[in-house]
Amino acid sequence: MAKNIGQSIWKFLDERFMLSGLVAFGKKKTVPEHRRSFWYFFGGICLFLTGIQVATGAMLLLYYTPSIDAAHESVQFIMSGVKFGWLIRSVHSWTANLLIGLLFVHMFSTFFLKAYRKPRELTWITGFLLLVLFMAFGFSGYLLPWNELSYFATRVGTDIAGSLPFIGSWLKSVILGGPEVSQATLSRFFWFHVALLPLAALALIGIHVLLVQTLGMSKPIGERGTKEIPFFPDFLYKDALGWTVILVLVGVLCVFLPWEVGIKADPLASTPLGIKPEWYFTFMFSTLKLIPAHILTFEGEKLAILGFMAGGLLWMLVPFLDRRARRDERSRLFSWIGVALAVYIVTMTVLTYTLPKL
Amino acid sequence: MKIRVIRFFAAAALFAPLVAFGQKNSCIECHIQLEDQLKAPAASFSGDIHAQYGLGCKDCHGGNPSQDDIDLAKDKTFKGSPKRGEIPQFCGGCHANASAMRIYNPSLRTDQLSQYWTSRHGQLLKSGDTKAAVCTDCHGVHGVQSAKYPKSLTFPWNIPQTCGRCHADKSLMAGYKIPTDQLEDYKASVHARALFEKKDMSAPVCNSCHGNHGAFPPSVTSVASVCRQCHPSTGELFTKSPHKKAFDDLGVGECEACHGNHKILNPSTAMIGTDDRAVCTQCHEKGSAGFAAAAEFRRELDGFESGFRAAEDLLAQARKKGVEVSDAEFKLQDVSTFLVSAKNLTHGLDKAEIVKAVSEGQEALAGVRASGEKALGEAKFRRQGLAVTTALLALFAVALALKIRQMTRVRRAAESRGGPHP
Repeated sequence: MAKNIGQSIWKFLDERFMLSGLVAFGKKKTVPEHRRSFWYFFGGICLFLTGIQVATGAMLLLYYTPSIDAAHESVQFIMSGVKFGWLIRSVHSWTANLLIGLLFVHMFSTFFLKAYRKPRELTWITGFLLLVLFMAFGFSGYLLPWNELSYFATRVGTDIAGSLPFIGSWLKSVILGGPEVSQATLSRFFWFHVALLPLAALALIGIHVLLVQTLGMSKPIGERGTKEIPFFPDFLYKDALGWTVILVLVGVLCVFLPWEVGIKADPLASTPLGIKPEWYFTFMFSTLKLIPAHILTFEGEKLAILGFMAGGLLWMLVPFLDRRARRDERSRLFSWIGVALAVYIVTMTVLTYTLPKL
Repeated sequence: MKIRVIRFFAAAALFAPLVAFGQKNSCIECHIQLEDQLKAPAASFSGDIHAQYGLGCKDCHGGNPSQDDIDLAKDKTFKGSPKRGEIPQFCGGCHANASAMRIYNPSLRTDQLSQYWTSRHGQLLKSGDTKAAVCTDCHGVHGVQSAKYPKSLTFPWNIPQTCGRCHADKSLMAGYKIPTDQLEDYKASVHARALFEKKDMSAPVCNSCHGNHGAFPPSVTSVASVCRQCHPSTGELFTKSPHKKAFDDLGVGECEACHGNHKILNPSTAMIGTDDRAVCTQCHEKGSAGFAAAAEFRRELDGFESGFRAAEDLLAQARKKGVEVSDAEFKLQDVSTFLVSAKNLTHGLDKAEIVKAVSEGQEALAGVRASGEKALGEAKFRRQGLAVTTALLALFAVALALKIRQMTRVRRAAESRGGPHP
């Protein structure tokens, strides 16, 4: 009886969504297996963490109030008054940070395995844009609890945007919704965080995953073996194992280090000493702090910002610049560029937390 | 044409300083080239508040700074520098003149000189002691700055050090037979902690109790009035208490008798009671009614304070374990107010009032304690929940790992047989 009902439901859905085709695709789909297969799992883990972000974010919306008078109090209520509110918020915050960290790992592993080479240029570009998008998610979400650290970090961050040549003051005013961090800023950041960025992320993730599925996973250059394993269930089971490990890690972090609410922001207070942006922005922050005020006749800070923008653009266009990789040849130059960039990011991030007076 | 251009720039260069600085000042021009003491006035005057108001050397010292020749510059109006004993009158020439001061700063008081002559410093100077402090000892000479400027000698957190320059100098003070430990004592006080650690600019410094221009050690009768400036409710309670008459009869300074003067420490419950650290035993002997009352007050406060500390500890533990306890911490502040109020009420010696404040505080404390215990229970629940979840997830992970291993074996076996994987 139950079997018949199940079959009827399946048939109903299959006729409308062509599920048999998807199942056939899943069964037929294979994934290359080699010495470096381990790095493939980071994409799946990022997708899993994105799912957690959406679910916990939707739950937080039930209680969060995007107003400068009530935002901090509503977060405090979530942490102390709502059943399992502390867990939902801590999971949201911790997974957001893990997600950005793992996106960096995923990007660099893709880079070093040269998985961006033809025909996967667009997969790389959408992946890079997703990293930028998730950093924007982090920046906008950081302000929402309206605490002292987030308030002043936002002020520092938007001041940096304001120092951009030509469009700086316009861009700053668009981000802030006025001359300073205020209710208008909180409203905008909330709208970015729960409406605009999720829509953009949905579209980009859709394209990215579709490209991965249709083009398949790339094999590293010089990998001679032709060993493949079925995507379902073999690869998916391995993916699930990674997700389980991450889930345990998130649980431990949330119980032992629940995300703090902080002190409510006071716009009239002076900026606390040593204010820093979120860790994933600190490599840029340190650069701006350490760069000389003037380089030749140019302002150091503006030069650094332009450098980051140009560097980001070149990084995004790597599939078109790395011609050797396009011909399936090893490209040591690009590998070394990747190593230099990774070392630079790690060094600058560490310096932010170790150099006094930064 | 070329010569005209050169002439133009030469003239511009020549007159630029005049345009920039308004007028020539040969005093600065000469003194800046001298050394040490003669150079100091010229070097530091640019940061002086008088310079900021447009005053120059001649406004105090006379002379004609527009002249390059030293004899012409030091004309008959030249007063030179005043002798030390003449300084108060010298500064008072303007600062005691309301119509002169109105031009620069109408809100600045002009009674400093008359106050100074009533001060101990002024009295000593009048008696011919030129070592007594004069205006420049506290305000500096040519680098005088507004008291609102944090680097000024008279900015609140610099005042103890400014007074200490003389009052902590043993050789200088030896002649006056007064102690030199006031600065060190003050630095150990609760007032210094408020000023230096909490940056509370309203915290009292030397001049808050002794006056500034009219500085004088407060007498036994005036000590209480000085303290009441900031602690009025404590003063009111004391006035109503039986201690008031007793202290007056004994001729003891009210607040100072128990709290000291410069080294006023954070008042603790330990000051009340009958043990060695308590101040009550200075006057009340064992077996007296005062002795018994002191013991009773101490019991009341001790019970409340230990409960307060326990609740504080409970909340700290819960916070350390990651539970949000801001609400309870906020309520604990209310309890702290009750505790401070109960301690303050000991100045009135009214047992009923103290008991009432303590019982109200205990009631509020019970709520905080319950919140703290609930928070600790929550922390335990979270850890237990994590243990169970982790165990289940670990089990799931092991099952998955075994399944993956089994599938890999089957696949490899199929591959070694040369067939397709199942």
